[in-house]
Amino acid sequence: MSERIIELRDIKKSYGQVYALGGVNLSVDRGEVVGLIGDNGAGKSTLIKILSGVVKPTSGDILVRGKPVSGWSAARSRDAGIETVFQDRALAVQQTIVRNIFMGRELTSFLGWLKVNKEVEEASRLMREIGFTSKVFTPHSIVGQLSGGERQGVAIARAIYKQAELIILDEPTTALSLTETAKVFHFVRQVRASGRSILFIGHNIHHVFDIADRFVVLDRGKVALTTDRSEVKSADDLINFMEDVAHPGGLPGLHEGTDAEQRA
Amino acid sequence: MSKAMEPDLQSSLGRTSGQAAKEWSHPSEHWLRGFVLDNRAALGTLAVFIVMMAVFLIANPTVFTTWYLYSSVLTTLPVALFVVVPLVFVVTCGEIDLSFPATMGFASWVFALVVQAGYDPFIGIAAALVTGTLLGFLVGSLVVYGGLSSLIATLGMNFLLRGLIQIINEGKSMALTGLADSSAYAIFSSQLWGIPVQIFWAIAFVVFSALLYNRHRFGAQVKVVGDNPDSAKQMGIDVKLVRVKVFVFVGIGAAIAGTFSVMINFTWWPTAGDGYLLPVLASVFVGGTPTWGGIGTVVGGAIGAVTVSFIQTGVVAAGLSGFYVQFFNGLIIILSLLGHKWNQARYR
Repeated sequence: MSERIIELRDIKKSYGQVYALGGVNLSVDRGEVVGLIGDNGAGKSTLIKILSGVVKPTSGDILVRGKPVSGWSAARSRDAGIETVFQDRALAVQQTIVRNIFMGRELTSFLGWLKVNKEVEEASRLMREIGFTSKVFTPHSIVGQLSGGERQGVAIARAIYKQAELIILDEPTTALSLTETAKVFHFVRQVRASGRSILFIGHNIHHVFDIADRFVVLDRGKVALTTDRSEVKSADDLINFMEDVAHPGGLPGLHEGTDAEQRA
Repeated sequence: MSKAMEPDLQSSLGRTSGQAAKEWSHPSEHWLRGFVLDNRAALGTLAVFIVMMAVFLIANPTVFTTWYLYSSVLTTLPVALFVVVPLVFVVTCGEIDLSFPATMGFASWVFALVVQAGYDPFIGIAAALVTGTLLGFLVGSLVVYGGLSSLIATLGMNFLLRGLIQIINEGKSMALTGLADSSAYAIFSSQLWGIPVQIFWAIAFVVFSALLYNRHRFGAQVKVVGDNPDSAKQMGIDVKLVRVKVFVFVGIGAAIAGTFSVMINFTWWPTAGDGYLLPVLASVFVGGTPTWGGIGTVVGGAIGAVTVSFIQTGVVAAGLSGFYVQFFNGLIIILSLLGHKWNQARYR
């Protein structure tokens, strides 16, 4: 079917005696939004760090477009087209959208002078590509004037400019209101429509449910469930499943797990 | 603000570039409005300067319409401009450099030594520039790679370098009488149509630096590093190298400033540059560059330097005694800072 951007096979990561990940299989295909759900301590952040090459797995294989890659590192991850967008510290908020998109990769002509018009043109194109358009903001707007969801848009546009094939969004909607979340979802759908893939990480099932094509539920370092959107009727199904995983065989009729999820 | 950007589902489908260009235009994006918004700090500084000069002019119309007053300010102002402008870069980068007075003294000392030894002043200028570059690199490396606070480390370097100059020269100055006949003097320090020629060099330096700040990769990276070093690092910018570079820039600026001050006076003093510390720092902040890093204005800093230069001359020329100078210095600084705080929002 479609191309497999990345595949993790039986990835284990231990810190001393403690297993953060105990054999995780995860794959992302082209043009797919994968929702990675898991409670705090389930191993989400370790998995992100492994994907972005910051942390090396203790064992297991990483395949990029079907081919195993040895010596996985941050550079290999970048070469594979994987970009991670972290929630807060990604943007320079006093600078313009253009300056953020081209941070560290300024378009320059001879002797390092900026190609200002080219940059604005390119920034407009990228912003349009993810549906980040507005009558009020221009590529010259200061990022600090944008709302939380719009800032995610800048970060996503930047990831696309860096030729990202797979964009990892780490809890992109956790701190956002419903309207802002809708904006981020809109950007994500545009990115998917352009044939790129997204790994959408969250601990709120309702957030992830509306956007993902496939769900991967992580629990205590292991994949507890991988399922297509079509196989799950509603977010409640997923929540029930996660409850079963969290409290095997216990607490029938009580929905403490659901409450805990919503509080989180 | 949330209503400002409703997701526009059709927007990404099949737009031509002509329509795209139109998409970004907004009634409020008139060029004048854009210009004012982009340069509000510098324009605020300009407003302070104009108001101050208007007050002086009303206080003493005869003195403030004579050219001599302006000519005397224009003679010494360039020296300050050559250090104020690089300091805008340093402050934007989230650092501070208090070692520039000693660098001015040190580099101009090398210049004076070369000239006194009978070499062409151009060779002296080159030697001073090399000295300034090396001292800037030394100070920058100490702060960045040594991981020291730039406030304290550069203060220490200022004392250290000045101390070296004092130890070796034992307080003796150097008179360079031959300088007046050199071609370097004619090019850098004579008069053109009655205007001190160094002001043209200083203006060229300000324009070049403003372009460097706004239209060059260096300026872009300096701002990003001052704004969010973590993010800059993540995006592959060599944060430490950028920081060292701004200190090198101050070193170069201080070398030029020191050399100009010697060429203006035909004399090098072991204290050369010392008097510039506080007025230059004041100029940067009066100019509208905030203390927290990430943003700043080169042109504003230059106007700030002009303002600070005129306070001293202006207060005395307006008929007040010299005892008022410090009071007015302080008044202008405080009023400017209050104005900039109201004028500029800090985004987080």
